[in-house]
Amino acid sequence: MFRTRPITRVGQYAALLLYVIFLGFPLLWLFSTSFKSPHELGSLHPTLFPTDWTLGNFRTALAQDQLWSSIRNSFLVAVATSVITTIIALPASYAIARYRRNFVRTTAVGWILVSQIFPFILVVIPLFIVLRNLQLINTLPGLVIVYVVWALPFTLWMLQGYVAAIPQELEEASAVDGCGKVSTLARIVFPLLLPGVVATSMFAFISAWNEFFFALVIITDPGKQTLPLLLARYVGAEGSVNLGPLAATALIATLPSLLIFALIQRRLISGMLSGAVKG
Amino acid sequence: MTSVAIAKRRRGSSLGARERRTMWLLLIPSLIPVALFSIYPLVNGIWLGFTDAQAGYQVVPHFNGLDNYSRLLHDSLFWSSFKIGLIWTFSVTGIQFLLALGLAMLLNAGLRFQWLVRPLALVPWAMPSVVVAILWKLIYQPDSGILNAFLQDLHLIDRNINWLGDFSLALPAIIVVGVWAGMPQTTIALLAGLQAVPSDLHEAAALDGADWWRRFSAVTWPAIRPVAVAIASLDFVWNFNEFGLVYVLTEGGPGGHTMLPMLFAYNRAFGSGQFGYAAALGNAMVLVIISIMAIFLYRQLRESR
Repeated sequence: MFRTRPITRVGQYAALLLYVIFLGFPLLWLFSTSFKSPHELGSLHPTLFPTDWTLGNFRTALAQDQLWSSIRNSFLVAVATSVITTIIALPASYAIARYRRNFVRTTAVGWILVSQIFPFILVVIPLFIVLRNLQLINTLPGLVIVYVVWALPFTLWMLQGYVAAIPQELEEASAVDGCGKVSTLARIVFPLLLPGVVATSMFAFISAWNEFFFALVIITDPGKQTLPLLLARYVGAEGSVNLGPLAATALIATLPSLLIFALIQRRLISGMLSGAVKG
Repeated sequence: MTSVAIAKRRRGSSLGARERRTMWLLLIPSLIPVALFSIYPLVNGIWLGFTDAQAGYQVVPHFNGLDNYSRLLHDSLFWSSFKIGLIWTFSVTGIQFLLALGLAMLLNAGLRFQWLVRPLALVPWAMPSVVVAILWKLIYQPDSGILNAFLQDLHLIDRNINWLGDFSLALPAIIVVGVWAGMPQTTIALLAGLQAVPSDLHEAAALDGADWWRRFSAVTWPAIRPVAVAIASLDFVWNFNEFGLVYVLTEGGPGGHTMLPMLFAYNRAFGSGQFGYAAALGNAMVLVIISIMAIFLYRQLRESR
């Protein structure tokens, strides 16, 4: 590398620090708020860290049955979404990656891009009517159906990138050795694909766990609400009064996504970009 | 030549009948749900925009041509929501792009502490948008919020400001949140673009005595331009269609001053049950997005030639 002047370096570190504050401070503040006592939260001179740390907010939050039922609902919906999405996307992504000189690939990529342009409102009104006719409105399975379809474009995009990264010669060699298509897929392709599959299904899990808009439209029964709905209701109803428990609940709702995200960070990024770079 | 390739040639086409059947079998599990729950609703949604559809059961929608659109043109709430929507979209996308480009270049400059900053730049992505909204609601709290306390300590303000409740401050306040929330994908895309720029090009330019700006405009920018155009376009579309963040932060208030198009359409559809009118709003949104994108991409294409 060529030399950078020291003064430039200082400027760069100063800029980096500003970014760290901008990006990190809101997170730190949520963390700190969730450990503060009600007394401290009412103070006109808030401190960066709690003066005495308390778990009271978490106790209050976790004592609510609604939180537990929301966690359960969110978990069921997210697991179902991630399993179903992965299972149906896996074969399709193989087809998209391998049969390249076919209109299928162009159509699929075109659809993935075009589906981004249309605002959800256009999709959600007919979906609402369809689910109502199927008696699936206000049910968790109804929500899962919507999430599966909604998570598919990105799932396909990531998976086809992982498939394309497996050299086709491997499959051909296995065919020469007398393996049929199915056993080639099962013995050669799938094991190599497994890390990518895990990352992709976890991504689908996070998407479903975090989703808000469709849940808002489809679920009205408080007993069936997911975590984002519960949080939004808190904010509307009592958020300004009960800042501590609100922050604690928000933190609890974020933990699973953050943990998973930390695990798959690298793969997620390379998966996203593999498609982008190869085109 | 491998036996597979020979076998392919013998069958006489690049994709034999049997392979074609395999391909469709692989695609069908995805195609069915997509057709039923994505393509059909989308087409139906576009059509509903030309009808008088209502929310109630058993109400048959009637085609009413362009009625919704002539009503829309006379609806001052429509004009204000689209104006707010465009201010929001251009500000968030623009600021996000510049900030993310700066961050990506720093992350690509071989500084220390990158291991700390890189994950930090990604975290907002993993958070539910509702939680992002809550984070910033805590910061913007009028009475005990940290932002007011901080500005008071610096004597920049002398009384607490209700950031999200003020007619003129609410929109800038949510724009900051929008920028924060969208930093990750923009930074990662641009960083990937930067990492693909060969460093010897930079070194050659530096040896020739090119200053920082020359190196950026002559080497870096042309190389990352395709990625930059792609991510800016995607950000634009995503920001224009934003809903959850602002719904939780302000619900479009105060006095409709943060009523983005999606919030307006949502209220029409599920607040007052006007499905047809809301779908027409959706169609208008698509029209706006496509026209702006067409102009932007056309100019980009012409310039890059």
